[in-house]
Amino acid sequence: MYEFDFVKPTTLADAIAALGAEEAQALGGGQTLIPTLKQRLAAPAVLVSLTGIGEMQGIELGEGQITIGGATPHAAVAAEVAAAYPALAALAGNIGDPAVRNRGTIGGSLANNDPSACYPAAALASGATIVTSNREIAADDYFEGMFTTALEDGELITAVRFPVPEAASYQKFEQPASRFALVGVFVAKYPEGVRVAVTGAAEDGVFRWSEAEVALSADFSPAALEGIDCPAEGMIADLHGTAAYRAHLVKVMTRRAVMAAAG
Amino acid sequence: MPKDHGIGASTKRREDVRFLTGAGRYTDDINLRGQAYVHFLRSDMAHGRITSIDTAAAAGMPGVIRIFTGADFEGIGGLPCGWQVTDKHGQPMQEPAHPVLAQGKVRHVGDPIAAVVAETREQARDAAEAIEVEIEELPAVIDMKAAVQEGAPKVHDDLTSNLCYDWGFVEENKAAVEEAFQKAAHVTTLELVNNRLVANPMEPRVAVGDYDRAGDESTLYTTSQNPHVIRLLMGAFVLGIPEHKLRVVAPDVGGGFGTKIFHYAEEAFCTFAAKAINRPVKWTASRSEAFISDAHGRDHVTTIQLALDAENNFTALRTETYANMGAYLSTFAPSVPTWLHGTLMAGNYKTPLIYVNVKAVFTNTVPVDAYRGAGRPEATFQLERVIDKAAMELGVDPIALRRQNFITEFPYATPVAVEYDTGDYHATMDKLVEMADLDGFAARRAESEARGKLRGLGVNCYIEACGIAPSNLVGQLGARAGLYESATVRVNATGGLVVMTGSHSHGQGHETSFPQVIAEMIGIDESMVEIVHGDTSKVPMGMGTYGSRSIAVGGSAMVRATEKIIKKAKTIAAHLMEAAEADIELKDGQFSVAGTDKSVAWGDVCLAAYVPHNYPLDEIEPGLEETAFYDPSNFTYPSGAYACEVEVDPDTGKVTVERFAAADDFGNIINPMIVTGQVHGGLAQGIGQALLEGAVYDENGQLLSASYMDYAMPRATDVPFYQVDHSCQTPCTHNPLGVKGCGEAGAIGSPPAVVNAVVDALRSGGSGITHIDMPLSPARVWAALQG
Amino acid sequence: MTQVSMTVNGQPATGEVEGRTLLVSFLRDQIGLTGTHVGCDTSQCGACVVHVDGKAVKSCTMLALEADGAEVSTIEGQANADGTLNVIQQAFQDHHGLQCGFCTPGMVMSAAALLKENPKPTEDEIRHYLEGNICRCTGYHNIVKAIMAASGQDVAVLAAE
Repeated sequence: MYEFDFVKPTTLADAIAALGAEEAQALGGGQTLIPTLKQRLAAPAVLVSLTGIGEMQGIELGEGQITIGGATPHAAVAAEVAAAYPALAALAGNIGDPAVRNRGTIGGSLANNDPSACYPAAALASGATIVTSNREIAADDYFEGMFTTALEDGELITAVRFPVPEAASYQKFEQPASRFALVGVFVAKYPEGVRVAVTGAAEDGVFRWSEAEVALSADFSPAALEGIDCPAEGMIADLHGTAAYRAHLVKVMTRRAVMAAAG
Repeated sequence: MPKDHGIGASTKRREDVRFLTGAGRYTDDINLRGQAYVHFLRSDMAHGRITSIDTAAAAGMPGVIRIFTGADFEGIGGLPCGWQVTDKHGQPMQEPAHPVLAQGKVRHVGDPIAAVVAETREQARDAAEAIEVEIEELPAVIDMKAAVQEGAPKVHDDLTSNLCYDWGFVEENKAAVEEAFQKAAHVTTLELVNNRLVANPMEPRVAVGDYDRAGDESTLYTTSQNPHVIRLLMGAFVLGIPEHKLRVVAPDVGGGFGTKIFHYAEEAFCTFAAKAINRPVKWTASRSEAFISDAHGRDHVTTIQLALDAENNFTALRTETYANMGAYLSTFAPSVPTWLHGTLMAGNYKTPLIYVNVKAVFTNTVPVDAYRGAGRPEATFQLERVIDKAAMELGVDPIALRRQNFITEFPYATPVAVEYDTGDYHATMDKLVEMADLDGFAARRAESEARGKLRGLGVNCYIEACGIAPSNLVGQLGARAGLYESATVRVNATGGLVVMTGSHSHGQGHETSFPQVIAEMIGIDESMVEIVHGDTSKVPMGMGTYGSRSIAVGGSAMVRATEKIIKKAKTIAAHLMEAAEADIELKDGQFSVAGTDKSVAWGDVCLAAYVPHNYPLDEIEPGLEETAFYDPSNFTYPSGAYACEVEVDPDTGKVTVERFAAADDFGNIINPMIVTGQVHGGLAQGIGQALLEGAVYDENGQLLSASYMDYAMPRATDVPFYQVDHSCQTPCTHNPLGVKGCGEAGAIGSPPAVVNAVVDALRSGGSGITHIDMPLSPARVWAALQG
Repeated sequence: MTQVSMTVNGQPATGEVEGRTLLVSFLRDQIGLTGTHVGCDTSQCGACVVHVDGKAVKSCTMLALEADGAEVSTIEGQANADGTLNVIQQAFQDHHGLQCGFCTPGMVMSAAALLKENPKPTEDEIRHYLEGNICRCTGYHNIVKAIMAASGQDVAVLAAE
């Protein structure tokens, strides 16, 4: 790692102020950022830890919606939303490994927007609202491609608000080495329709598979997917799978998610 | 009742206590006063000519002590190769220089260009980034077959081509093999890849060099499986330090699997630099660095053909293999695809005629050398895959086809130059059939199919040659070292024993199992025996641990030394009891005079040896310490039969190993618990090779699988509980313990079983597939299913 | 340099660190607790697992300054007060759940975290929980068995070995 200064504010206001410094960067749980720093792929002058800010922690179970503080670790989400939103809890409980889940945070994951991360699929499929230090951003407007989001410099994810669906499931097919999603599909059924978000597969990061959404909104069953294929164009091709393989997995995982959610 | 002590007992490991409490002492735990740190600037280019290196700016960075480049090593030896292979024309292999730091050219991603020694690790790395290196990029040669084409870019300008050697074995058999193929009723041909692997012991390599001006002595602490070999290679061939001025210590070592056998540039560098700057110099590899600097394993491309007569007897076998050497010859690299591979091509079968051709090739990749099994997994994989394919083509049961061709009489001289002393291949197969519940397979397959999954069963046999030796034979085959082992047994005045062995333990539990042998020989408690290893200043000589040789060769040396101890102790006991030496018996730690009630305890004899007040000084010297060197007369030949059952998800291509059974014949067993553990670990590595692991380069020589993000290590969820049995025992006839070695068997025997099982599963689903190359990743299996 | 203070295995520990100093470096290099190991640089192998305020974390993926004021426990603090092996450690020895010992500290710390959350885990739960702990020696068989045994389950009939 390159040398940097470390600050650990205890309020959001102090964090925002600290992030105003030249080359300052926010540090959530660090489960992606620290390995990146170790490879010397980033060189912040100041790291602003978000782990000491009480107002960014915790989970609020409301009527038909769940609000998760941006600095809430995956393990807390897995434990605390299990009854209210089981698919989201299951997703959180399968990110990385237990030690990673004790440190990694939802805000960190969404801010980083790794194309193989799990949380972006949940946020997009749930039509979640990304609450930042400045504004609220609809998930549909938030993800702008691999490692790219609508966040501006110095803007922090303070919370994420998930409307609770009638039924949902996340199905992840793991990349054999990293155990990130080679393809992960989150299907969520709301009164206004079904949303299907896919992570891991596409070069532009998480996306909604609209064709499947239309079919599943009309008939929420695996049969509805017959005759629909996810195009291979724009899919990631690497040593773990071709674009065609990923496109195929999108359909398989979508079908499994529908079966699990409907079951 | 199982034994509770001595040979055959599952004694709990004494070394575990320190490992379980954080008290282990690995090389990176060693920090010396005044220690500096080195960071290596490595090539990010696979092939290029260095046009300039400017270290001026870096030298002025904070904490920098000194920067070294290839120029500092001019006139100093390069890293030697320990084995010279002679090609099919009787010519020696092409052997390029292997400088400690690159000179003139870089030849693989990871080739060290410069080394910065600084006060801290991070300062060294900071400064390394400030070194300005200009490299003219040259086209890289990655594909082996392309590398040996006319006009291919040369990895080494001073060699005639990228062909290290073209080896024929046995060259005299070639014509007879051709003739047998012409007469064959059936020929099965299979082209396959034995995938390149990275050994990945969990402890990355570390080296700490130290220099003592007062004594002009150098010390190297290193993560090695064989500190004496490092002392010899580095002292004699690289740095010119006599052995009495060079100490090499390999303390607790966190796994080796072959890749810690070799002498590496970083070891020589730290030893050299410590003297140059007169301070200890430490290097700790990161995992990313390990991927581009540890020698890799396997990487063969093979065409194998099996000829059968009308009764399905194997009549001949021939192979053509391209074996990757990487950019330089690592310590034992040339021996792996030749003598450790060709000599095993008979397997468990009485195929009368065999011809093996191996072309070893230089490429712009990390050097390739021995990895758990080394040559033997490659031989086993080809042979057991081609037999399965033959059974498929002929429509016969693959187990029956194997049984029909088993060698059944021993000793058996193979057509590939080795003589198997013992074995009983039907017995291990019988055991396997029972363990694996083959009768229940059809029901299990039906149950899987009901869930939309494909189930397959794969069975295979293996043979390996362990305890590599004897020296006079391996010398003829090109080894540049003897392959004996030594042991010194020192008995203290109070009766405790210290056994100094050249074998090295990096997970094998020698500290526990070796005392089981010695204690049983004398009849004392195991706790009275202490094993010392891993330090050239404490152990006179040693060749280390590899090739499953520790108990067969190192253990035999210990037995010989202990026999000498017992003989001398009997002389002392005879004197103490005023009896004839021939009448002295040793049992349960008591020396007694046959036919009398006279006895003297082990401890009293030991005391007399060191307090010789009443002692036969006119007959023998005081003291009780003996050394033995043991040079075996043959390899040992463990064998076994393995069965794997897999389930394949046809929607995703994911393979799940549902059952794995291993029936091994290791001859006599010292500690069954440890032996079983060795097999477990080997199985996971074999399953890893078959399903998960692969080191992949792109066409420019960039390693795509350069971290655990892309190199799939087996996790707990990837393997089942294994069934392991070693009750079939045909003891080795030529070593004193009747032992054979067990460290590599699991990794040798398991890949074909897994692949055979997956092919069986896919065919059960209607696919006509006959082969898939490893690793059988979900993507590959799915693609195969698409046809 | 900044001062950092924490409690490690019940003892106060203080040192001067840089912003970039990792918790594992503080433990190993500054206070000499070398039982915690580093086996990778991508946060996957788990040789570095320690507990921070009772939770398993990868100490190679946490800055030392993040642990300021925390209660840290490492492999060196796991044995019983009389120095004997604790239940998990003893089960690892009894069932040969380690070979080279390098991944072992992380395995033991992860096993301890698991059993705190789930006192009687199934085989599948154990294997899944060890997703972030890589062992190259044992093939996991005896690690899983040791953890089952440590949780008081009968392992004699688990697997025909």
